[in-house]
Amino acid sequence: MNKEPILKIEDLCVDFKTRTGSVRVLHHINLSVKAGESIGIVGESGCGKSMTALATMQLIPTPPGLISEGSVLLKGDDLLKLNEIQMRDVRGNEISMIFQEPMTSLNPVFKIGMQISENIIRHQGKTKKEAQELSVAMMRAVKIPGAARLIKRYPHELSGGMRQRVMIAMALSCQPSVLIADEPTTALDVTVQAQIFDLLRDVQQDMGTAIILITHDMGVIAENTQRVVVMYAGHKFEEGPVDEIIHHPKHPYTRGLIRCTPHLKKNMEHEREELSEIPGIVPDLSRLDGLCPFRPRCSEKRRQCDEQMPQEIQTGDGHFVCCWAAGEDQ
Amino acid sequence: MADDVKMNEIAAPSRRFLEAWYMFASNKAALLGLGLGILIAGVTIFGPMIYPTDPFEMVGAPMSPPGEELLLGTDFLGRDILAGIVYGARTTVLVGFAATFFTLVIGILIGVLAGFYGGWVENLLMRVTEFFQVLPALLLAMVLVALFSPSLYTIIFAIGVVSWTPVARLTRAEFLKIKEREFVMAERAIGATNWSIMWKVMLPNAAPPLIVAATLGVGVAILFEAALSFLGLGDPNAFSWGYMIGASRDFIWDTWWAVTFPGLAIFVTVLSISLIGDGLNDALNPKLRLVK
Amino acid sequence: MSESPLLEVENLCTYFRLSKSHPFGRSRTVFAVDDVSFRVSRGTTFGIVGESGCGKSTTAMSILRLIKPTSGSVRFDGNDVLKLDPKPLRRLRSRMQLIFQDPYSSLNPRATAGNIVAAPLKTHNIGSRQQHHERVSELFSRVGLRPEQQTAFPHQFSGGQRQRISIARALATDPELIVCDEPVSALDVAIQAQVLNLLIRLQRELNLTYLFISHDMGVIQHMCDEVVVLYLGKIVEQADRNSLFSHPLHPYTWSLLSAVPSIYSDADSLKQRVKLKGDPPSPIDPPPGCRFAQRCPFADTSKHCYSKMPLLRIIKGQHKVACHRVSEEGVAPQDIHTI
Repeated sequence: MNKEPILKIEDLCVDFKTRTGSVRVLHHINLSVKAGESIGIVGESGCGKSMTALATMQLIPTPPGLISEGSVLLKGDDLLKLNEIQMRDVRGNEISMIFQEPMTSLNPVFKIGMQISENIIRHQGKTKKEAQELSVAMMRAVKIPGAARLIKRYPHELSGGMRQRVMIAMALSCQPSVLIADEPTTALDVTVQAQIFDLLRDVQQDMGTAIILITHDMGVIAENTQRVVVMYAGHKFEEGPVDEIIHHPKHPYTRGLIRCTPHLKKNMEHEREELSEIPGIVPDLSRLDGLCPFRPRCSEKRRQCDEQMPQEIQTGDGHFVCCWAAGEDQ
Repeated sequence: MADDVKMNEIAAPSRRFLEAWYMFASNKAALLGLGLGILIAGVTIFGPMIYPTDPFEMVGAPMSPPGEELLLGTDFLGRDILAGIVYGARTTVLVGFAATFFTLVIGILIGVLAGFYGGWVENLLMRVTEFFQVLPALLLAMVLVALFSPSLYTIIFAIGVVSWTPVARLTRAEFLKIKEREFVMAERAIGATNWSIMWKVMLPNAAPPLIVAATLGVGVAILFEAALSFLGLGDPNAFSWGYMIGASRDFIWDTWWAVTFPGLAIFVTVLSISLIGDGLNDALNPKLRLVK
Repeated sequence: MSESPLLEVENLCTYFRLSKSHPFGRSRTVFAVDDVSFRVSRGTTFGIVGESGCGKSTTAMSILRLIKPTSGSVRFDGNDVLKLDPKPLRRLRSRMQLIFQDPYSSLNPRATAGNIVAAPLKTHNIGSRQQHHERVSELFSRVGLRPEQQTAFPHQFSGGQRQRISIARALATDPELIVCDEPVSALDVAIQAQVLNLLIRLQRELNLTYLFISHDMGVIQHMCDEVVVLYLGKIVEQADRNSLFSHPLHPYTWSLLSAVPSIYSDADSLKQRVKLKGDPPSPIDPPPGCRFAQRCPFADTSKHCYSKMPLLRIIKGQHKVACHRVSEEGVAPQDIHTI
């Protein structure tokens, strides 16, 4: 575990311009991932987890978006200093991304074989024939049955699970060092979800890819990552090893997030207990006041919360939390 | 339970309207159209009071050019062109709006029934629509007017009959889209009748594109009326811009003003309506709205 | 069990005929709901669970006659829903209501929240205008909205609040049965708990009966007293919550449960996870035999898995299963075989 991180996000801030002024959607995010490691980013929608991924890939529409501070270091090089043409070499080559809805991320008018090989041709300068062969090999690697036949199909002719496999094959075709998976299984059935995560785990073992998994499902996080980052309203609230976060969460928001889902249990008590809920909804990002954004919903609010934004503190080995309440326990 | 964070944002229910007006007002062309529209409305309503010359009366020497005796001159019979434009506005605007209303009634009725019921109802109604679509519109309108002796009513009727098809198709398309949305199913689940779902629930949701189509339809109807009058199929008792152009067309080289000014009036009116329609389209189409 | 059940569904079938791909093509049929029977007792929550395309929503829509079923019968408090004339059907609809999955599309965007909730009252001519107003205010506070929010339009609410409006609308006519079609799957995780707790509280207060449809095993386990598992339009297993989740009999239920990622799982349970191959096949003209056979790790030609449709039979108590491989004593194949 003493390897250098392959991707390091430092102090990343993203602002969006709106009619009423500038809104900060990411507040000084720090994040790193090592080769062969899987980290998870969890949070409610609008917490900035997808924004972090898009900022890393520099896929934020500019304007209105703007990366105003920070750096994204890939193997030590700052991606934010690259221009658009250089960035194109990184995307799909060094860092790849797979999305929630594979149907909308595949181009419906091209055969899938062509879509995979296009990526290979673009980044690796292979000939059409070599790329075609590599595509079939890639599709075999992601366990698509009858790959040689399937490259001549169109995206709509495949099932949801197969489409997501094609997306993964495409994303991995250039052996990227980092794979960002943004809710890759939310649109899929559980049995298919299990297959996809198995596949990602196998691929990671073979290629040593670092995976950033973005999801709202704590169960998925628990089973598929080693480290977790909890985000809320553009802030990083907690980061730590997955067992620590799930069994000993320090931030009230993390605790709420874990307890508010009815997790499947093998042995049940007979009486239904009430789920603990996090009251209210995520705040409007344009109305934040520089203090802890979770304050209005927090059950453990105290005096300091209304005075100052808490600093990130370390509470254990690799466990960081940003909360006054957690600080007091120390 | 207290979702207060979001509730602060709840504004007065008129916000949707205000937002649309904001979009409309930020469109300079649309504002120009609206200005011209108000001017034309003013002429239509108050014109004859301010300028009470009878357009049918011969008030000056025939073919006197603009500025000599009268502001816009006279035609070959010595009738005042300005008076013609002022009075003609009434006919033109009346026909434009009445014909559009008639168009909407037929088009929406057919479109709603076809889109809501589907199946053989839709098939039948859409075949009828296509039948009317392939007939040459102006020719059909001429035949209809000639058949029932020219009067304002027959002209309105004829324009309505030849121009309802796009409205029907648009309404049907909107209904097909809205039918897929769950709130329609929700209305059925609470036991609402088909009739109330069609008219009270779905039609208001189909309104924005229909409003735009109706606005642009007024322009088309005005052009139709002008064309019919030009061809001598206008109401002989009503003075209209199309009639003025038609009547003076043999003298176009001698009295250019008798043709040009009514033509400009038509042009400006239709332009104003088109600009308003375009502005409304942008304002009512939420996809074009600025991101908040 | 002495009381008559509120809802009785018997041999419900809903098939869709697909148009032929060419004039000489053979006609294809989607067996969306195929011979489904169950009873729902008053005051309980009855769950229908399954993967996408298993026919769970079609079942609900068929029961409410929002989709026309092909055959079978649905009795609601003694009335045969499928045979009613339009007028009595509309009256009956005030007693059975529906909550949709997507609170963004299930509310009319051009009506105010107050009017949306009052619509069932107006449709059924219950009470005066003044009474509507009072009832709507009462419903708003019951579901956790402020009565003064009635004048706002749906787009001014958050997803959770919209679902509350949807619930208030369903409650307006004092129904006995509420069909909840994936009521929380479109909501954010933290909001899901709020809505689920609200549903449980309302059930206690108003003695409601829920037909609860979901693909989420955790939510089903939390909410339901009795559960049926659907696979390609067929019931494969039916049991009360306890026996289903502690001892699933059908290999499909078993693999479905084991596929759910859980915060309680450890390295061992990950290794033991059953991995179903492939995607759920399409319900268009399924092959004869057990519909799950293609994906089943225990399918066996000698047990007729590929040739004979297994019938739903009672194993013990109220636990029913449709599988050739489950023994009469309730020994499931996964109990004795390892894969």
